Formats: sequence, C-alpha cells, structure tokens
Amino acid sequence: MIDQHYEIVFNRKITSGIFLLGFKSPHIASESSPGQFVMVRINEGIDPLLRRPFSIFDVRDKDTICLLYKTVGHGTELLSLKKAGERLSVMGPLGRGFSLPDEKLQAILVGGGIGIAPLHFLADTLKNRPIEFMAGFGKSGDIIPLEQAAGRTVGISIATDDGSEGYHGMVTGLLDEYLSRNIHEKDSVAIYACGPLAMLKKVSSIASGRNIPCQVSLESLMACGLGACQGCAVKILSQDNKTFYRHVCKDGPVFSSHAIDWSNV
Amino acid sequence: MNGNPDLRVKLGPLELKNPVMTASGTFGYGHEFEPFVDPELLGGIVLKGLSLKPMAGNPIPRIAETPGGMLNAIGLANIGIEEFIEKRLPRLKGLKTNVIVNIYGHSIDDYEELAKAFRGVEGVAALEVNISCPNVEMGGMIFGKDPAVSAKITEKVVKNTDKPVIVKLTPNVTDIRVLARAVEESGASVISLINTLAGMAIDIEHQRPKLANVSGGLSGPAIKPVALYQVWQAVNSVKIPVIGIGGIMDYRDALEFLIAGARAIQVGTANFVNPGATIEIIEGLKTYCLENGIDDINDIIGSLKKD
Repeated sequence: MIDQHYEIVFNRKITSGIFLLGFKSPHIASESSPGQFVMVRINEGIDPLLRRPFSIFDVRDKDTICLLYKTVGHGTELLSLKKAGERLSVMGPLGRGFSLPDEKLQAILVGGGIGIAPLHFLADTLKNRPIEFMAGFGKSGDIIPLEQAAGRTVGISIATDDGSEGYHGMVTGLLDEYLSRNIHEKDSVAIYACGPLAMLKKVSSIASGRNIPCQVSLESLMACGLGACQGCAVKILSQDNKTFYRHVCKDGPVFSSHAIDWSNV
Repeated sequence: MNGNPDLRVKLGPLELKNPVMTASGTFGYGHEFEPFVDPELLGGIVLKGLSLKPMAGNPIPRIAETPGGMLNAIGLANIGIEEFIEKRLPRLKGLKTNVIVNIYGHSIDDYEELAKAFRGVEGVAALEVNISCPNVEMGGMIFGKDPAVSAKITEKVVKNTDKPVIVKLTPNVTDIRVLARAVEESGASVISLINTLAGMAIDIEHQRPKLANVSGGLSGPAIKPVALYQVWQAVNSVKIPVIGIGGIMDYRDALEFLIAGARAIQVGTANFVNPGATIEIIEGLKTYCLENGIDDINDIIGSLKKD
C-alpha cells in the first residue's frame, strides 16, 4: 500500500449525482481485492482537508481502478469536476475486503443505492459462478444503471421503495422473498451486503434468522484510513456479549454481520 | 556553505537528530505508518495517549471535518499500559529515535502510577504528560486549565520517573503563560503546546451535533495562528525548551514555529492527509537551510525579528 499520484483516465456522469472515475495504477490494480477501498486526496491544498474513502468498483485491463461514487457533499462535488489527464493522490488498497464464498455456496449480493459499488467488484470476481445480485433504490429515477457503469452485462434484480420499477418495496423484502422461494438448505448460500446502516441491520437480521453467513461492508467517516486516528470506530459484540470498538478502516470495512452490535443502529 | 546542514536540536536532556516529531494520537503506536515513514528518520515519535487501564473511547461519530481543520472526540481510546508494555513496546525498542510515551490519568494519583509504571522501562526516551485532552469527562483539560493542579501533576510525575518529563498544555485557557510557568516551576523538562482547541459543529438537517460527544478538539491548519501565538508567548515566559504543535502541514509552517522559538515541532493532523508529511518537512528544512546559508538549524530557532 502506497500513496502516489495517478492519472485520471475518465471521470464521467453515470446518472444524476453518480459518477464513475477511473485512474491508472497497475500497482493498486494488482493488489486489490473486492471490498477494499482507497483514500483519495481531492485537492492538494486544504479544501477539503481530509481524504475521502471510496470502495473499489472495478479493476479494468489490470491497470485501471474504477470508483463509482455519489456526490454527497463538498468533497465529492469537487471530485466530480476533475478531468481526464489530471493527477490524483491515492492511497491504497486499504482494509480487509470480502472473504470469498466456498465453492459450494451461492453468493447473494444485496446493495442499497451507491452500496452496489463494492458488490460489483465482488460480482466480477465471482463471474463464473452462480450469483444472485439485487439492489434497492428509492424510486426509478434513483436507479444506478449498473451495466452502463460496468460496460458489461450484469444480471441484477431491482427493488424500488415506491414500486416505480422492479420489486415494490425495500431490497430486504426482495431478499426475504428470494430466500423463501429458492433456498431450502441453509448452508447453501452466503450473503454479501453494502448500503445504508438501516438496510444492513435488516439484512443481518434476515441472515441470522435463517442462519446464513453474512458479510457487510460498512461506510464510515475517516480521517487517516490507516488505523491511527481511531475516528471510524464500530461497536463489535464479543462471544460473551460484551461490546468493544473496532475500526472500519483497518479491521473492516467488511465485517461478519453477526459480530456487529446492531442495537444502537 | 558546503555539505549537509546540522539539524540536531536538544530538548533539555533529549537529543534529537532533527526537530520533527509526530504528535500524540496521530501516529498510533508507531507501526501504523510503516509503509510511509521510517521512524528512525524522525527526531522522535510521540505515541497515542495511554491510561492505566484500557479505554474504549467515545461513541461515534467521533470526527467531523471543518474548514481547514477537523474536530475529533476520540475520547482517548487506548490499549492501556499493560498491553502496551507487553505487546507494542518490544517492537519499538531498539529504534534509533526518541520514543515518547504520552500518559493520561483520570486523577492526580493515576499520573503518579503511570510515572512509576514506566520507571526503568527501556526504550522509552521521555514521558509526555497529557493534561490537555478536551474529550474526556474526567481529567484531561479539566486538570490542564488549573495552574495549581497542573503543577501538582507535574511534580508527581517528575518525582516518580527517571525520564525527562514533557508537559502538554491546552490552549483553552485565559493566559498560557501562567500555565507554562506553573509546570516549569514544578520540574517539567520541556513544554509542548498546543493540544486541540475545544469546538463543535452542527448538522443543520437534523439539528444535531456532528460529534456524538457534542464537543471535540479542533486541529489542522485552521488553528495554526492561535498555536503559533501561544507557543511564542510560552517561549517568552519560561526557560525550558518548548515544542510547537498546531496545524503544521509543511516545512514552512514548521519554520514559523522554530523562528518563534520552538526548539522542536510535532506534526499531527497532517499525518492523516499526507502520511509522508514528517519526512517531507525534514527534507524541506534541509533545503531551506542550504538555500539560506544556514549550517545549524539552531541558528533559526528564536530568530524572530521585532522592529
């Protein structure tokens, strides 16, 4: 893991408020695994001061790292203005990604909104195996066109809260229905989820109710990304039901959902 | 001039190969930055604050970004001295740099215990006494705002340690000079300042504080002018050496503190933004000296001209 300046290859709008940025880094490309993230310094000055964490969406041609991101504030808005050819200071890859499922398991990927980003990298890594990929959005206008971003065919089932496209309801309802319909043997699947905390909490409860292994990728505010500042704490439940803090940047961002203390979420 | 400028400085009994150190809480326990920084190139590393027993720290969110700075309310989350001495210190022993342990107590007695715990412990060059953390309910800044309590803690630590004592001051006081003199008279070898400035930020969408702890400590370039002024005031009110801290991002910032009279500096928030910041600052100081015909960095220290 190193901090270097890399050339931006493209930075284009995918849909309203969603951008795809690619930068050339054979080093990060060769080191990355699904679920890992990078820390991007948006400007060399002090506006914004801190780096921003982004999970890796895709690795292309063994040298290009793609970040799918949503403009949520000042930093990401400035990032969306960057042009191809500009250079960006990026540190990574960082953190612990997803543990890939055993050969005999079917992976179910559950994304909420921009949470599909790290799941796409996972889906790509598992592309020769049977997977089920589902994602939830508020309404049809919020849907992130994954295939357009990925530049390839990706089978994905959509849920919208208002029913304007796909399954009517939350993606957790779609997950529940899918499991009831298709899954009879509890040890034949593994769930991978990324999205808002409330969604992850629900996915976690569905998974534990059915005794299915489940990994969740958490988002957090971060200052350093290296485990030094301890800003990105997450409450973990030990086996004897005591809670303690771990750090999203170093111990995560992917955790077993059963290890997280969801009581305060 | 020829050759390399001499960057060595003395902090009382401590000898530093250069004036650049890391600030407590921004460099972990020394190994987190291994891919970026060889600690042996630094004047010293100050480790994350340690208490007698492990502390979980504050609830989340613990950080918030502000213009030119960040607020943190980590709450001194730390592994405690036992685990540190058993598991972390062995990896640091033998490092050819000053490894400085930052200690934090909930009571005056805690500081005495902490001092004793490190007595005779090899591999620890000095103790930095944290009486300035704004993010804990008990102790920290509450002690550091009170000159009498600050003096008492300093005295207890000095009496119970065989190591040089650095006392880290809070800027959240009416007159920093009073605090600086109080800890000097109580036997501190060195003063370091500033710790973070108490502050807060509000999420206007939800009408809630951005930090779960409500308030936190402000750091980063936004606080540099305040830090510089307080360092200059401290330098002019005590005889012991002063370490300048507060918003140092590059060698120019470092030079301002040195010119104001700081004998060394600590780099904090910059480590988060640019993990190689300390090394770049050392290089920058070297180049500045070369370009300005300075062969000893000490010639710069306290060179502020007032006409």
